[in-house]
Amino acid sequence: MYDVVVIGGGPSGLAAAVEAKKEGASVLIIEREAMLGGILKQCIHDGFGLIRFGKKLSGPEYAELYIKEVKDLEIETRLQTFVTSIKKSQEGFEIIVTSSKGMSTIVAKTIILSTGCRERTARQVFIHGTRPVGVYTAGTAQNFVNHMGYLPVKKCVILGSGDIGLIMARRLTLEGAKVLGVYEIKCTPSGLTRNIHQCLKDFDIPLYLSYTVTRVFGEPRLTGIEVAEVDQFMRVKPGTEKYIECDGLILSVGLIPENELAETIGVKIDPKTKGPEVNEKMMTSVEGVFSCGNALHVHDLVDYVSEGSATAGKNAAKYVGTKENEANVSSEGMLSLVPQRITEGEHEIIFYFRTLCDRKKATLTITVNGNEENKIVKKYTNLLPPEMERVKLKLNVKGGDKVHFKLEGE
Amino acid sequence: MEMVCIACPNGCRLNIEKNEDGTLLVTGNKCPKGIVFANEEILAPKRSVCTTVRTTYKKLPVVPVRTDGEIPKEKIFDFVEETKKIVLDRPYAFQESVIENLFGLGINVVCSVDMNRLVGE
Repeated sequence: MYDVVVIGGGPSGLAAAVEAKKEGASVLIIEREAMLGGILKQCIHDGFGLIRFGKKLSGPEYAELYIKEVKDLEIETRLQTFVTSIKKSQEGFEIIVTSSKGMSTIVAKTIILSTGCRERTARQVFIHGTRPVGVYTAGTAQNFVNHMGYLPVKKCVILGSGDIGLIMARRLTLEGAKVLGVYEIKCTPSGLTRNIHQCLKDFDIPLYLSYTVTRVFGEPRLTGIEVAEVDQFMRVKPGTEKYIECDGLILSVGLIPENELAETIGVKIDPKTKGPEVNEKMMTSVEGVFSCGNALHVHDLVDYVSEGSATAGKNAAKYVGTKENEANVSSEGMLSLVPQRITEGEHEIIFYFRTLCDRKKATLTITVNGNEENKIVKKYTNLLPPEMERVKLKLNVKGGDKVHFKLEGE
Repeated sequence: MEMVCIACPNGCRLNIEKNEDGTLLVTGNKCPKGIVFANEEILAPKRSVCTTVRTTYKKLPVVPVRTDGEIPKEKIFDFVEETKKIVLDRPYAFQESVIENLFGLGINVVCSVDMNRLVGE
């Protein structure tokens, strides 16, 4: 029996486990891969850790610092172990796992779901037709290049301007592949502004906004694709179709939190984040089940993943099972806002949000039960949907209170 | 002139004007790094670069490496070429140099992983 079982040994799970152990809990990390570190293992570019460690690190280095801490704290890990199901039990939870040793049951007082996210695939963005070799998600291409040492394409097009796509545009170029362009269906880029500059502009890779890929050609290997312009409703403009000869199509079309396990135990999912609804302790709607990292909501910086996950780890370790009264949090003008609930009392809470649209100047107003007198007002400049904002607020709430976040401005 | 600072994830949009004495007037930066970045970017742009190098270990066909500082932008591809010439035949420690004093720039190329841990695991 463990106090805390962490499912997923990526950056989120590592940070949660370290914090839970420091609080004195008995902790186990379950990881399906052979190594800890999750996606950071293949994110060899730098820029990680500026907030958390005050220096620019590569993904593997960032992971290494946490893995070292896990080892130093003697936290138990089970690698190449896959969780197949979770059941509520008298003491807490029964976690059924499979590994090369067969099936077994692990008993836990609390669970932290740090299962990360998944990439959207070609089928999910409606690229139909044949299935030629050469169509990869950006993460798969990244695994080929950075982990296995293969160059999967020679001349390619990238669909979607998410950060991994931009990072891969640069990476493939450095490895000698020709990146013909990045095509984005929206009229604004999806990735961080700095990535547009250091990954595309530095290497003269063109970015085409309001474009999409309509068809793929080739069997068994991709020989070309068809791109077309789209209108403001993302409908293809007839007559704008253009054929591009290439042997690779890399997709960077979004990430979706992985919550298959969470849903089987009745965890309530927020349609905006596609991750669990949590309170400021990172506890989901199911008592004793916590969520953090990209399983909770897709982050753009690992530093914030670590921060939120440490909160989950700390609170899972402290969990005693008393149900607390909670206030509800709602938002307008935002794509997402986490946490969605606040427990009764006065606390300092870190909120993470994304603006619904580009705003040069914005005002964030926070009210409790519509009370204008005690409202909190924050000013922002240059808010973009791809860039998550973090705000620390001191709030004093009672159960049933309604906390409202209103973001407005052009 | 406008540019985006890449020093940190803030990605500040910098506005750059020339003072009468020839120095740059930088606005839009949230921190002093923005001023340093703007000056370097105009005079001699530099980047830190990350890539992989081959190893003799079957379990680890490539390992990630990075420059431990910034190198001139025009040297990026020369650097990548240089890394293709090496094969690591022993387990390098975390952040151990695989190339020292790259092109005489005073910059080392360091291993991003603890190869001992990965080879052993």
